Amino acid sequence: MTAITFPVINGALAGQDAVANPDNQRFYVAGEHHPQNGTLLGFWLYLMSDCLIFAVLFAVYAVVGRSYAAGPSGAELFNLPLVALNTAMLLLSSITYGFAILEMQRRRVKSVLAWLAVTGLLGCAFIGLELYEFAHLIGEGAVPQRSAFLSAFFTLVGTHGLHVAFGILWLVVLMVQVNRGGLVAENRRRLMCLSMFWHFLDVIWIGVFTFVYLMGSLP
Amino acid sequence: MNSAHNTNTSGSNSAGHDHDHDHDDDHGGASQSTFKGYMTGFVLAVILTAIPFWLVMGKVLPNSNITGLVILAIAAVQIVVHMVYFLHMNTRSEGGWSLLALAFTVVLLVIMLSGSIWVMYHLNTNMMPHTLHDMKNMP
Repeated sequence: MTAITFPVINGALAGQDAVANPDNQRFYVAGEHHPQNGTLLGFWLYLMSDCLIFAVLFAVYAVVGRSYAAGPSGAELFNLPLVALNTAMLLLSSITYGFAILEMQRRRVKSVLAWLAVTGLLGCAFIGLELYEFAHLIGEGAVPQRSAFLSAFFTLVGTHGLHVAFGILWLVVLMVQVNRGGLVAENRRRLMCLSMFWHFLDVIWIGVFTFVYLMGSLP
Repeated sequence: MNSAHNTNTSGSNSAGHDHDHDHDDDHGGASQSTFKGYMTGFVLAVILTAIPFWLVMGKVLPNSNITGLVILAIAAVQIVVHMVYFLHMNTRSEGGWSLLALAFTVVLLVIMLSGSIWVMYHLNTNMMPHTLHDMKNMP
C-alpha cells in the first residue's frame, strides 16, 4: 500500500487546494511502487531522445565529413586553441553548475544564484566563442552551402550551440524563479532537470570536439 | 508552507512520519551529490580532455589512424566519467529505469551509427565511378 498525495501528481495548483482542504486530497493507491520523482525520469527520457537527434547528426557528419567538394578541409579551417578554450568554458560551467546543486542541497539561495550566474556567464562565453568561430569561417567563404562537410559541420555544431543557448535562457528563467520562490521543492526539481540538461550538453560536446574538431584536424 | 510540505510526501516511507524529508526527493532515490564526487569527475574530465588535445596538437603519434582510435577511446571513457560523476548515473537511480533507457538508447545509437557508416562507406566505394573509363562504360 502506497500513500500518494494529489499534489505530487498535479504540482502547485493542487498544492493550494490541499492547503484549503488537506483531507480531501489524500488517497491511497494499491499497486506498484513508482519511482519517486517521475519528472526526472521523464526528463531523462527526453534527453535520450535528444541524444538520438545528435546521433543522427553525428552519423551524417561521419558519412560526409570528408566530402570537401574541392573546398577547404577541417585541417585547414579549425583553430584548435580556440576549440580548447571553448571546451574549457563548457567544462568549467559544468562544475560550477555542480556547485550550484551542492549549495541547493544546503538551501543557500544566494550561493545558488551566484553559481548559476557564473554558469550562465561561462555558457555565454562558450556561445560567444562559437559565434566568433562561425563568423570567421563564413568570412573565409567556408559557408554551409560550400560543401557537404561544411553543411554537416554547421548543422551538428550549430544544433549543439542552439541547445546551449536555450539552456542559458532556461537558466535565467530559473534564476528569476529561485529568486522569487526560494528553494521550494518545485524549484529544486527544475534545477535538477536543468542540471541533467547542462551536463548532457557537455557530454555531447565531448563527441563534437573529439569527432569533429580533433579527428577533422588529423592529416 | 503546507503545500511545499505535501509535495514532499510521497513513496512508501511517508507512512509513519509526516515531516519534511528533503533528502529523499531531490534525486529520485539516487545518492546525494557531493563536492568530492563533482571534483573527482572534474579532475578526470580535465585530464581526459587535455590528453586528446595534446595528442592532436602536438602530433605525438606518427599515425593518424592510431591517434584517431586513441582519442575516440578517451572520449568514450570521458563520456562514462561525465555520466557517473555529473549525471549521477548508477543502477539505482529511478529504480534502474534511467539506466534501462540509456542502454536502449545506446543500442539504437550503435545500430544506427555503425549501420549508416558501413552502408554509406560501401556505397561510396562500390557505386562511385573511379575513372573516366568506368564512367564511359556505365549503363
